[in-house]
Amino acid sequence: MANISLIAGKGVLPNIHPAAAITVLFLLFYPAFASDFFVFQIGAYSLVLGTIALSLVMLAGYGGMVSLSQLTVAGLAGYLMAILGHNSVGVMGLGWPWWLTALTAIFAASVFSALIGAISVRTEGIYTIMITLAIAVAFFYFVRQNYVIFNGFTGYAGVVPPTLFGIYWRDPTPFYYLSLAVAAFFFFMVVYGARSTFGLSLQAIRDNPRRMRAIGYDVTLHRIFAYFLSGLIAGTAGVLMVWFNGRISPGSVGVDVVIDILVIAVVGGMRHPIGPFVGALAFVLLENFAIDLIDRERFNTVIGTAFLLVVLFSPDGLLGLWARIRERLRLRKHPQSDGSGVH
Amino acid sequence: MARSAAKIPSAVEVDLVLRTDALTRLQSTGQYALELEAVSRHFGALVALADINLTVKAGERRAVLGSNGAGKTTLFNAITGDFPPTTGRVRLFGEDVTDLPVHERIRRGLRRTYQISLLFDGLSVVDNVYLACRGASRGRLSLRRPKPDDAMTHVAETLLDAVHLGAVRDSLVAELSHGQQRQLEIALALAGAPRFILFDEPAAGLSPTERSELIEILQSLPPHIGFIIIEHDMDVALRVAESVTMMHNGRIFKEGNPKEIESDPDVQELYLGGGHA
Ligand SMILES: Nc1ncnc2c1ncn2[C@@H]1O[C@H](COP(=O)(O)OP(=O)(O)O)[C@@H](O)[C@H]1O
Ligand SMILES: [Mg+2]
Repeated sequence: MANISLIAGKGVLPNIHPAAAITVLFLLFYPAFASDFFVFQIGAYSLVLGTIALSLVMLAGYGGMVSLSQLTVAGLAGYLMAILGHNSVGVMGLGWPWWLTALTAIFAASVFSALIGAISVRTEGIYTIMITLAIAVAFFYFVRQNYVIFNGFTGYAGVVPPTLFGIYWRDPTPFYYLSLAVAAFFFFMVVYGARSTFGLSLQAIRDNPRRMRAIGYDVTLHRIFAYFLSGLIAGTAGVLMVWFNGRISPGSVGVDVVIDILVIAVVGGMRHPIGPFVGALAFVLLENFAIDLIDRERFNTVIGTAFLLVVLFSPDGLLGLWARIRERLRLRKHPQSDGSGVH
Repeated sequence: MARSAAKIPSAVEVDLVLRTDALTRLQSTGQYALELEAVSRHFGALVALADINLTVKAGERRAVLGSNGAGKTTLFNAITGDFPPTTGRVRLFGEDVTDLPVHERIRRGLRRTYQISLLFDGLSVVDNVYLACRGASRGRLSLRRPKPDDAMTHVAETLLDAVHLGAVRDSLVAELSHGQQRQLEIALALAGAPRFILFDEPAAGLSPTERSELIEILQSLPPHIGFIIIEHDMDVALRVAESVTMMHNGRIFKEGNPKEIESDPDVQELYLGGGHA
């Protein structure tokens, strides 16, 4: 698969597209006109889920490694927030200061991700999916059965962000901006990193690992490093996730949620780091409003159908669908142009 | 368009940019670039290489001839480690590399091209060559973008000019013609101060013009770079190589200088009988 949009364009900031400028303004002023529900449950939650899915897009879109363990990595960070920091359950809760807890949780999640990488990078395609899924399932059963550290079936509650600079960061607007800052940071890191030496090498490994070895690259090392970096993204998002929910339990890292992340990434599109956020927004909107139209029980059917439709009609997800619609419109306006030069 | 043979960056230039220690190694190592000792390679019951003993001096240019299925590509795979030998030892510049992974052999100055192009289809031409230059140096894991005036990008561009791909530097590999992809194969092998290169049928499918450009490139390689070239076209092989190895059924069948090989009755019988003009 040729990832033109990933590698075209020389920089992040020069010649900003009007649509991008409008999106940025909208995101910045969103809390000014949206209700608390829309700011927190829709806005912030989409950003958090989108960031977890971004870690998958980084691995899969650029590196060709489809890992189903990304939510598990985020989940480990979430659990560590409860274990090392504060919780209201009376189990563990070592009371570390929030910043030390968060840094440790994110770093541990990255190392965990690198370990998952070390186990799975020698496999390709469907086997990578199977191994990482197996790790996700194993983690789910482990935390459910382990009461000493993970508090088993109950998990943890009362895991909240600190009050800092006189702001309680779990209030909808502050938490929204916190999530937006984290999402934007990693989004731009991925956009920038795609053209870095390592980013190029990752895409080259996706295209042709054998040739990469034959020009001097330790492909295994590069893949493990990619897992580590994606663990930074997923781990940070995991901290936000546990702050958003206030709680974490085996259900937060169950197979259904693991699959949701894959659905979000695929539906949004893996060709550009904006894809996972588009996918997450679509997912969260469906999750919140589909139940008004249909039974809560049928939600997974709706998600599954939406997933099938997108995959069937646009292998590049909603992003690809949008690019195609735009192309149609452009061709109608300038029928003589040849359709090339999409950026 | 008149093309002048662009200069291939000299080893010293490249070495300064890449900060490899290929040159110091070159001076400190022995006489042979490559030594194979009783190398064989099996694929299941198939013996693709049997008991190969082969030495190539540093700077020597060798042609390997032989009909399809003779084991020529398998020989290259055994040398690079793409498919390591089943038995036997491989020494590069005096060092036993039999147990080293592919990338470690490459970092010691070995390069290869592939019979069927293996390129990075989703990347631009210049990024392909940039990565090849970077592969033999430090900073492979750098999370920074190379600067526009990056010395290594400069080397990559000089190399692209040398293989006549300067005009398509920003094209995606998938958009190149077959001939251009073959040129890029060669550029990837020339990148990063190579000391010994394995060319696997580089002329296959090239037009006569492209073929003579290829010969020109091979002839203009700095003298310390030795190579083995697999080539069906005797003309091409004999114009760039000073010695010839004939292979047949996974074994070395004859070795000698081009004249001896060309006039050898066994070779003529095999070659003409094998259906190669
Ligand atoms: N990866 C492989 N798996 C199985 N058999 C192989 C493999 N590579 C080569 N062979 C077999 O080894 C023999 C030599 O092949 P090869 O080295 O490609 O020949 P040449 O390059 O001289 O045409 C052939 O019979 C081929 O089918
Ligand atoms: Mg061959």
